[in-house]
Amino acid sequence: MAKKNVAVEAAESSENAIALHETAGLSQGQIIRKRFFRHKPAVASLIALIFITLFVFSASGIHLGTDQHPITIPGWWKYTLTDIPDTNFCGIAVGCPNWQHPFGQDPIGRDYFALVMRGAEQSIMVMLVVGLIGGVFGTVIGAVAGYFRGWVDAVLMRFTDFIITIPSIIIGAVIGFKFGNLGVVALAVYLGLFSWTGLARLVRGEFLSLREREFVDAARIAGAGNIRIIFKHILPNAMGVIIVAVTLMLAGAILLETALSYIGFGVQAPDVSLGSLISEYQDSFTVSPWLFYWPGVLIISIALCVNFIGDGLRDAFDPRQRRRITRRDLIKATFKKPAEEA
Amino acid sequence: MLSFIGRRIGVVLLILFGSSFIVYNLEAVAGDPLADLRTSSAKNKAFLIAQLTRTLHLDVPPPLGYFQWLKGVLGVFTGNPDLGKTRDGLLVVNEIAAAVPITIRLVLGATILAILLGITVGVITAIRQYSRLDYSMTFLSFLMFSLPIFWVAVLLKQYMAIDFNNFLASGQITPPWIIGASVVMGLILAGLISGDRKRVWMIFGITAVATAALLLVVNLTNWILVPGLGIVGVGLLAAGVAVGLTSLIVGFENKRVLYASLTVVLATVIGYFPINAFWKGKDLNAVVMLFPLVGLVLVAVVAAVAFTNVDRGSAIRTTVVGSVFAFLFLLIDKLMQTWGQYINADGINLRPIPTIGEVSVRLSSNDFWIALMDALVHVLLPTIALTLISFATYVRYSRASLLEVMNMDYIRTARAKGLSERTVIVRHALRNAMIPLTTLMAFDFAGVLGGAIITESVFGWHGMGTLFRAAISTQDLNLLMGVFAITSFMAVMANLVADLLYSALDPRIRIGK
Repeated sequence: MAKKNVAVEAAESSENAIALHETAGLSQGQIIRKRFFRHKPAVASLIALIFITLFVFSASGIHLGTDQHPITIPGWWKYTLTDIPDTNFCGIAVGCPNWQHPFGQDPIGRDYFALVMRGAEQSIMVMLVVGLIGGVFGTVIGAVAGYFRGWVDAVLMRFTDFIITIPSIIIGAVIGFKFGNLGVVALAVYLGLFSWTGLARLVRGEFLSLREREFVDAARIAGAGNIRIIFKHILPNAMGVIIVAVTLMLAGAILLETALSYIGFGVQAPDVSLGSLISEYQDSFTVSPWLFYWPGVLIISIALCVNFIGDGLRDAFDPRQRRRITRRDLIKATFKKPAEEA
Repeated sequence: MLSFIGRRIGVVLLILFGSSFIVYNLEAVAGDPLADLRTSSAKNKAFLIAQLTRTLHLDVPPPLGYFQWLKGVLGVFTGNPDLGKTRDGLLVVNEIAAAVPITIRLVLGATILAILLGITVGVITAIRQYSRLDYSMTFLSFLMFSLPIFWVAVLLKQYMAIDFNNFLASGQITPPWIIGASVVMGLILAGLISGDRKRVWMIFGITAVATAALLLVVNLTNWILVPGLGIVGVGLLAAGVAVGLTSLIVGFENKRVLYASLTVVLATVIGYFPINAFWKGKDLNAVVMLFPLVGLVLVAVVAAVAFTNVDRGSAIRTTVVGSVFAFLFLLIDKLMQTWGQYINADGINLRPIPTIGEVSVRLSSNDFWIALMDALVHVLLPTIALTLISFATYVRYSRASLLEVMNMDYIRTARAKGLSERTVIVRHALRNAMIPLTTLMAFDFAGVLGGAIITESVFGWHGMGTLFRAAISTQDLNLLMGVFAITSFMAVMANLVADLLYSALDPRIRIGK
């Protein structure tokens, strides 16, 4: 036991040396980038997510605006939501996947690839808008509350509590049901307006501790105003917490949107979402399983990628998280040391 | 402290007042409860509209209507709250009272299961950080984070209900399944245990062969259709848990506690036939059913006190937890004995795992055990689905929290003064690592009453989630507000309880200033 602890101590001190050596001469941004790119699953997820996003948006095109005033950029896929090509029959099922229709066709005959791509487009759009709005609101409210403290803090935090009281699914449902036909962006904006609370609390906590640090005093003595201190001095230091929380918010947003659409409160017909597709075709699971699997596979892939990217970012930003030191690093460090010290 | 609680409750009431006012008016303005009547072609349309307007007080403007509603809610202090009527003229209070027990049955078990399993796995992965087990659990928990519950539910229905029921027709595991299961079990165990290549292969081989042999025995004894643990099975399982708990909580070298735990096992084995006879009694109900548990816990306390003279607290904890497990094994054995009778009962006909609903309507028997079995098989799939989803959160949080604590100076001190690794983790690290999780747990338990809207809808349960969904889609203001009042009250109370618990558990946090 004692021997093991000695070994652990030795390993820890050389770990520190390695960690210091690795970060010597690099800026904060470079260190973070380097650490992130070392997290293999996160990098793979980042590439996968970029690929999925580009693929989905280029295939289905971009659809904005409401039903009355659509703004559409068409994609490269030959079918759209409203096309009803001839259905092929195969055994007891209709519309099996083939070269014409890689994801098959739904019972009406619509091309399922087009439907799924459209649904994925909606989900990614919701994810991005919720992340943007929730991120900005959460950061600003948390920052102001944590920086100014006193009655500003009290009022803003009670307001946050007040928003937390209203469960997001209630708001999502009320809003989705009433305003669902305004298009997916409107739904996303409303969801974003109610999903910043967790982030605001985190940022506030971070600001409460950061504002007591010496660099803030230094900035104030140098004559910086409150706005400058908040955004130029404290915010960059709180960025890690914010980015990680926002990635979690993104993964949560895609699941919330699909869940709302599943119970019929989110994206409304004739438009489709991954959730509404699953809800519509869950009963045809035994006969035509492709109608059920593809939307789920897309939801899981997108959410999984976002979660892994969040994990990678957390590792990259957290100074306490040290990388696992491999035997190769130890050997490298041992052989390098004399030269360095000399 | 008291003034802090008082002030917080005051703020909480204000917040509740504000949010309910907003939601009431939002819903009242956004939804028109008369919409479907206005377009209806019924001859007595005007009469119907007038009638609904009268029962729902639609002629009162929303802000005033809110205060009428609030006056009814405040009736809770005089003992008869009035939450108004639903569109169908039913009392909202009654609707909620009917939904609450269903929701609790659905969500409570899953919540407790997710907490227990999640924390266990989180702690193990934290202790074995960067092991193969840690990596695979991390991947699994991210996967579970990303699963849409409605998608998982459909898969569960297909593979765990429909296919399992088909399989029950024969009850014999086919050779491909035996081989597959053996290989998978071998891979899992070989993945869990670290070591050099030779040892990993050996573990794989032993596990695979053992699994195959076990499944063959299951086939030969027709165990799937007539399962049971028997007195030997219950005794062995209880003894295993007793030894495990002892070495986990107080250390295997503490023989006195070990003997006390084994005494409980002995009592379980001796009590096996009397308890089973007692459970065969005619007027059994859920409370009477638990009498043997009380007896076993008493034995556990007495044994712990009799065998030990120092550190009795942890000895009692060990034996009592052991006795609860022993009781669970007895219960599982009893349920297994009921299984054969249940699957052959009228209305079940060898298709026991349902995909929908809360109870079997066509079940004719009113035997306590059959009814319990029925409730359990119905809650099975929703519980698995809900547990899968929230399990991941607990794994991640407890792992992160324990890792953080393990880096603290006082852990180094504890190790330096020569405590065993078990004591360091169980007594020093774990207790402090669990403090941040109280917040999460408080919110999860508060969320229980909110119901699980998606899960209830997929599995056809009529709990709070279904009420809420119905309220939204039929513009039923009173029903929506009733559900909202309960869920939001639980949410703010959870917030308060979490803060108080936190300050009680962590002496560094002082509140009230």
